[in-house]
Amino acid sequence: MHLLPEDQSPWIPNRQAGVMSLLRPLLLDVVPTIQQTAALALGRLANYNDDLAEAVVKGDILPQLVYSLAEQNRFYKKAAAFVLRAVGKHSPQLAQAIVDCGALDTLVICLEDFDPGVKEAAAWALGYIARHNAELSQAVVDAGAVPLLVLCIQEPEVALKRIAASALSDISKHSPELAQTVVDAGAIAHLAQMILNPDAKLKRQILSALSQIAKHSVDLAEMVVEAEIFPVVLTCLKDKDEYVKKNASTLIREIAKHTPELSQLIVNAGGVAAVIDCIGSCKGNIRLPGIMMLGYVAAHSENLAMAVIISKGVPQLSLCLSEEPEDHIKAAAAWALGQIGRHTPEHARAVAVTNTLPVLLSLYMSTESSEDLQVKSKKAIKSILQKCTYLPALEPFLYDAPPNILKHVVGQFSKVLPHDSKARRLFVTSGGLKKVQEIKAEPGSLLQEYINSINNCYPEEIVRYYSPGYSETLLQRVDSYQPLAN
Amino acid sequence: MIGTFSYAKFLKFLYSVPEAERGWEKSGVNGKLTAPLDWLYGLVRLPGRRIVTPVVNQMREAMATLARLQARSKAVGQQYYFRNSVVDVFRKKENDAAVKIQNWFRGCRVRAYIRHLHRAAIIVQKWWRSYLSRQHYQLVVKLAYYTMKMNLYNEMAVRIQRRWRGYKIRKYCFDYFYLKEYLRAVTETNDAIRDALEEFAEMKEREEKKAALEREEKKRDYQARKMHYLLSTKQIPGIYNSPFRKDPDPWELRLQKAKPLTHQRPRVKQKHSISLTSWLACTSNRSFPRSEILPPINRKQCQGPFRDIAEVLEQRYKPLEPTLREAEPINELKEAREDLRRQEWIRNVNDNMFLPFSSYHKNEKYVPSMHSSSKYGPNSYGCQRFRDENPKKWICPKDFQTVLPSFDLFSKYGKLYSKAGQIV
Repeated sequence: MHLLPEDQSPWIPNRQAGVMSLLRPLLLDVVPTIQQTAALALGRLANYNDDLAEAVVKGDILPQLVYSLAEQNRFYKKAAAFVLRAVGKHSPQLAQAIVDCGALDTLVICLEDFDPGVKEAAAWALGYIARHNAELSQAVVDAGAVPLLVLCIQEPEVALKRIAASALSDISKHSPELAQTVVDAGAIAHLAQMILNPDAKLKRQILSALSQIAKHSVDLAEMVVEAEIFPVVLTCLKDKDEYVKKNASTLIREIAKHTPELSQLIVNAGGVAAVIDCIGSCKGNIRLPGIMMLGYVAAHSENLAMAVIISKGVPQLSLCLSEEPEDHIKAAAAWALGQIGRHTPEHARAVAVTNTLPVLLSLYMSTESSEDLQVKSKKAIKSILQKCTYLPALEPFLYDAPPNILKHVVGQFSKVLPHDSKARRLFVTSGGLKKVQEIKAEPGSLLQEYINSINNCYPEEIVRYYSPGYSETLLQRVDSYQPLAN
Repeated sequence: MIGTFSYAKFLKFLYSVPEAERGWEKSGVNGKLTAPLDWLYGLVRLPGRRIVTPVVNQMREAMATLARLQARSKAVGQQYYFRNSVVDVFRKKENDAAVKIQNWFRGCRVRAYIRHLHRAAIIVQKWWRSYLSRQHYQLVVKLAYYTMKMNLYNEMAVRIQRRWRGYKIRKYCFDYFYLKEYLRAVTETNDAIRDALEEFAEMKEREEKKAALEREEKKRDYQARKMHYLLSTKQIPGIYNSPFRKDPDPWELRLQKAKPLTHQRPRVKQKHSISLTSWLACTSNRSFPRSEILPPINRKQCQGPFRDIAEVLEQRYKPLEPTLREAEPINELKEAREDLRRQEWIRNVNDNMFLPFSSYHKNEKYVPSMHSSSKYGPNSYGCQRFRDENPKKWICPKDFQTVLPSFDLFSKYGKLYSKAGQIV
C-alpha cells in the first residue's frame, strides 16, 4: 500500500492542496480498504513534514477522521490513529488542533479496544500529544487516558507496553500534579515490576517514566523508592544498551537529589559503586547523569561525600574531567569534585591526591572553555582550596595561579606552616618560600598578612636570604665595606 | 587712746556733783588718786560706796566745796583731762589685756566644751558605725558564703556537663567509630554489589553467546539439510570428502547426519479465529492424529473384511462440506448485521451513537427534500401515488418472503460413503 513513497521531498503547497482534496473524498468511500489506504496515505504524508501536517489540519480532515474512528473496524482505527499521531507530533499548535476537534475522547475509547494494534496506535498518538506542554498533558489526563494506559502496560505485547510506558513518561514529565495523577492510577507498581523485563527498549521507557515521576518532589521520589526498585535498578546499570544505562542513572540521580535520607538509602544499597562502574564503562553524554548523581550525593553531607570517596569515585571523576571533550560534561565533573572536596580537610586531601587541582586550574585559565565551565571550575577550586591542608598538592599552585586563587593558597600555607616543622622544612627546600617572597602584594591586604604570617614562621636570615634582590644588597654591602686598616 | 578726753563726761561731772552721791563705779581703776581733789579723793577713795551723811551738813559742805571747786574748775578740768587721758592710755591697754585674757579664757572654755562634745560625738559615731559595719559585714559574709557555694556548684555542674557533652557528641552526634563502621559496611556493600553486577553481566554475556551459538547451529543445520545432495556416495566422493584429504571435512559429517529437506508448502499462518470448516476436521491435539503424507505403500493389509485403509482414512478425516444452505445462507447479510450488533453491544461502553461535534452546536433545522415536501408540510409522494398500503386489508401481518429457502435434495450427491446407486 505504498501510494506515496516518503522520499518525495519537494512538495510545494499548491500540490499539497491538490493531494488533500484528492484524498479527502477517498476517506468517505464505500469500500473499507480504500478508506484505510487513504487514511494511511494521509498519515504518511503528515508524518513526513509539518507543513503537510498543517495542510491536513486545514483541509478539515480531522473531524471526519474522528467521527469515523468510532465506528470503523480495527484497520481503519489503526490508520486513523496513525494520522492523528503524525499530525500531533510536530508542534504544540497542531496538537492543540487535534484536541480541539475532540479526538481525545475517541482515542481514549480506542484504548479500550480488544486489538492490541489499535491500543498501541491510540497510546502512541496520546503520548505524542501529551509530549509538548503541560496544558495538552492535562487535556489528555482529563480525557481519562491514564487508567487505560496503566491497563495497557499490563498487556502481554511488548510493543504496547513500550508505547504505554512512553506515553506515561510524557504525561508525567511536565508538572507534579500530572505525575501525582499517574501515581494515583497505580502506575508505579506495574512500572517497577517491568524493570526486570529483558527487552531493552521497554526498559528505556520504564526507567524514563519512573525518573520523570520521581523528579518532581520528595514524596513522589519516596513512593518510587517504596516500590522496591533498589537494588534491581542497579542491574540496569550493567545493561548492554547505552540508553538503558543512561536512563537508569537518570532515575537514580532524580531520587538522590531530593534529601540526604534518600541519598543515604542509595548509598546503603551500594548504588554509588554501581554508578561509578557505569560511568567508567561509557563515554560521552551517557555519563552525564551518573556524574551529576555523584555530585548530588556528595553535596548533602560530609558522611555521604566520604562514602563517595571510599567507593573510589574521585579517580573516576578526575578521569572524566580530563578525557571528555565536551564542556558541559567537564563542567558537571568539576562541580561534582567541588561538592566532594569542600567539606573537611580529609575530603579535600582525597581530591587533591589524585592531581585534579592542576587540571581544574588549567580549565579555569584556558580561554577555550565555556563560561559555565570556567565558573564551575573556579568555584570548585576555591571550595577545595579553602579546606585543603595537603601541601604537596598546593605547591604547584604557587607558581601559576592567578592572584585571586593565589590568595587562598597562601592563606592555606599560612594556616598549616606554623604548626608543622617538617612541612616548614619541605616548604623551604622545595622553593616555596622563595616563590612566596617574590609575590607582590599591597600592604594591608589579606595576601600581605598571610605572607607575613608565613615569614614569621621562619628565622629572619632565611627570609632575607630568599627575598628577591638579596644578592644585590649583599654586593652593595661588599662595595661599601671598608676593610679594617691594619 | 590715752588723751581722749570726753568733754561731755567732764560737764556731766561738773553739774552732777550732787548726784555724785550716787557714787561712781567706773572711775579709779588702779586706785591712783590726785591730791587736789580731796572731795574727789574722798569719793574716789571709797569707790562704789555710797556716802551716807546727814543732808544738811552735807549741803553746806558741799556748797563750800562747790565754791572752791568752781574756782579751780579750769585746772580741774585740765587735770581731769590729763589724768583721764593717762588713765585712758593705760585703760586701753588694760582693756585690751583684759579682753585678751577673757578671750583666751572663753576660748579655753569653749574649746573644752567642744572637746567634750567631740568626745561625745565620737563615741556616738563609733558605736553607730560599728553597728552599721557589723551589719554590713554580716551581709558580706553571707554573700561570700553564697558565692563560694555557687562556685562550687558551678564547678561540679561544669564537670558533669563536660562529661555529658563529650559523651553525647561522641555517641549520638558524631560517633567516630560508628562512622568508620558505616564506611566499612558501605565498602563491603559496594564490593558485594560490584561482584553481583559482574556476575550478572557475565551471565548475560554467556546467555547471549549461547543464544548466538544456537542460532549458528540452527543455521548450519538448515544449510546442511538444504545441501544434502552434496553428500558423497560410494562411487562419487562429494566435494567435502576429497580423496586427497586425510579426514573428511566436518561439513561431510554434518551432511551425513542431516535429514534431507523436502519441499514444503509455505506455511499458512494460523488464524486465531476458528472457522466452522476446521472444527469438525479434528485437527486439534486432543483428536486423532492426522498426517499430511499418505501411509507407506507396502503396509500389510489387515486380515479381515476391511476396506482399504486409504479409503477409510480419507473418509474419516474428510473435512466438513457444508451444504450450500449452510455455507452461504440467503440471509447472510441479515445475520452479519445481527452479529455486528451483538458484538457492538458486548463491546461498547456507551450505546448512544456518536454525534459529530461539528454539527452539534449548529442548531440547524432539518430541511426536507424538495420532492417530498410542499408548502404545507411533507408531501405524500411515495405513499399515496404509487403504492398504497392499507394494513387493514392485509391477510396476515407477516411480510411475503421474496426468496424461498432451498432444500438439500442433491447436496449429498457423490459424497456418501457407500457406492450404492452409483452409475458405473
